[in-house]
Amino acid sequence: MAPATEHADAATAKAPEAPRAPAAAPAPAPDPRAQALEAALDEVRHMVAGCMQCGTCSASCPNQFAMDLTPRRMWRLLLHGYADEVMDSKTFYLCSSCYGCTLRCPRGLPLTRAMAALKRASILRGGPGQRRHGAFYATFVDNVRRLGRVNETDLMAHYFVALRDPLAPFSFMPLGLRMLAKGKAGLHGSPQRGRLGPLFAKVREMEEKP
Amino acid sequence: MKYAYYPGCSLTESAREYDASTRLVMADLGAQVEEIEDWTCCGASAVESVSRLLTYTLPARNLALVERAAASAGRDARVPDVLVPCAACYLNLLRVGEEAGRDRALAGNINEVLAVEDMHWSGAARVRHLLDVLVNDVGADAVREAVIAPLKGLVVAPYYGCQILRPYPKFDDPEHPRSMEPLIEALGAETYAWSSGARCCGASLMATKKEVALRSTGRILLDAQGADVIVTVCPMCQMNLEAYQSEALAAVGGGERVAVAYLPQLMGLAFGLDEEALLLARNMELTRRFRDKVARRFADAPQAEPQAEPETEPA
Ligand code: SF4
Ligand code: SF4
Repeated sequence: MAPATEHADAATAKAPEAPRAPAAAPAPAPDPRAQALEAALDEVRHMVAGCMQCGTCSASCPNQFAMDLTPRRMWRLLLHGYADEVMDSKTFYLCSSCYGCTLRCPRGLPLTRAMAALKRASILRGGPGQRRHGAFYATFVDNVRRLGRVNETDLMAHYFVALRDPLAPFSFMPLGLRMLAKGKAGLHGSPQRGRLGPLFAKVREMEEKP
Repeated sequence: MKYAYYPGCSLTESAREYDASTRLVMADLGAQVEEIEDWTCCGASAVESVSRLLTYTLPARNLALVERAAASAGRDARVPDVLVPCAACYLNLLRVGEEAGRDRALAGNINEVLAVEDMHWSGAARVRHLLDVLVNDVGADAVREAVIAPLKGLVVAPYYGCQILRPYPKFDDPEHPRSMEPLIEALGAETYAWSSGARCCGASLMATKKEVALRSTGRILLDAQGADVIVTVCPMCQMNLEAYQSEALAAVGGGERVAVAYLPQLMGLAFGLDEEALLLARNMELTRRFRDKVARRFADAPQAEPQAEPETEPA
């Protein structure tokens, strides 16, 4: 590693598509999903553009032991045009939103938000690695849309259906039974059912506008 | 002290004991707590992974409801502070003002969405976490006044979690928080000195990356071995710390189970409130060690005060 020059690169790489983009995107017809993905990644590049590669974020992260890329390295790859490597990693799915890195980053970068934005990008990109996580988040949000307030039991049931994994419910079953016994899980209606329909429709309309 | 109360989804179902104890304790302390009418989900932590605009509009809708209610109360009705017991809801609601307050375009987008319901967010309603209100509006002295059955000898590990402290440290040190300590001591209990109070328990990974979450939870439980109880101020932390103890302890090589309770439940016990009303039976991990010590609170009460009234509760 030659840290000094690499830092300079990172700081000046404001147009990160430069090194790789020509090879990676030769298709002339723009696919709206690819465009949305690129826009989402740009948003993240913008958030971490000021990264000086000090490594404080990696050192602060409670889940780093399970990550395949350290956060510091992930920002670097992203800023240098290696978006596929970033998207293929599971690092951002291991963020538990503790905000430790955001608090400590000497450049004041919104790193936890960048992690969340990478999850959004990854859902846009699709692919086998994303199925499990994308399913959970999408199910949750759909639950909010339909019910107005979240019914946790309903959420879990939908999550398992979305996973299409017949064995998935079993790993949660002992807990589910204990929660039922405590009256902590049950099916009941929400008086706010349907309340958020118009709001969701408006957000979708605004987010689909180019 | 008047607050617009945002319980959030968890407190209407899995964490009803947090809701009940919060309401009882606040009432006992003389605060007026009024639930926001027609409140809806704030988006929890999952929405941020799906849509940026929803991340702000879902919580903003609830703040707009508070503003609208105050406006329709007429005259120059003050917009009340919003009282939030759930740390995740608190952060979502707080973030609206923190981000959209300095981003005109975002504020414009939020209000464009809210306009479909004829609502508007201006940022007039201040968002406060329950702990902030207890420490700074109520204060340890008022809490001490309300104590009838001091929790003598009970060693309490304060657990703050992440989201009430970070990324917006509004009322405590985000790395080494101590705001709960005066409250614990006002209850007659002792604060357990530990370093895990602000360590992430991994709750948000429990559904998607269980092995990783279990290790975070297990480390906290190990660190709490010398305490009689961990107190929490968030339904996600509470659930995560109480519901997975055998797996979490196994993931870090074993240890003793630790009782876990909500801060207002503990306060309610010291205030002499009924255990049934505090919904203590719904807690998933209340150890014998904790129960025995708490059961002694009435017996100990007279000795606690030298001018001892007889063994019944003072009126
Ligand atoms: S802490 Fe901030 S500046 Fe340091 S490596 Fe992480 S993102 Fe970059
Ligand atoms: S916010 Fe996420 S990435 Fe940052 S330190 Fe916490 S878990 Fe790690």
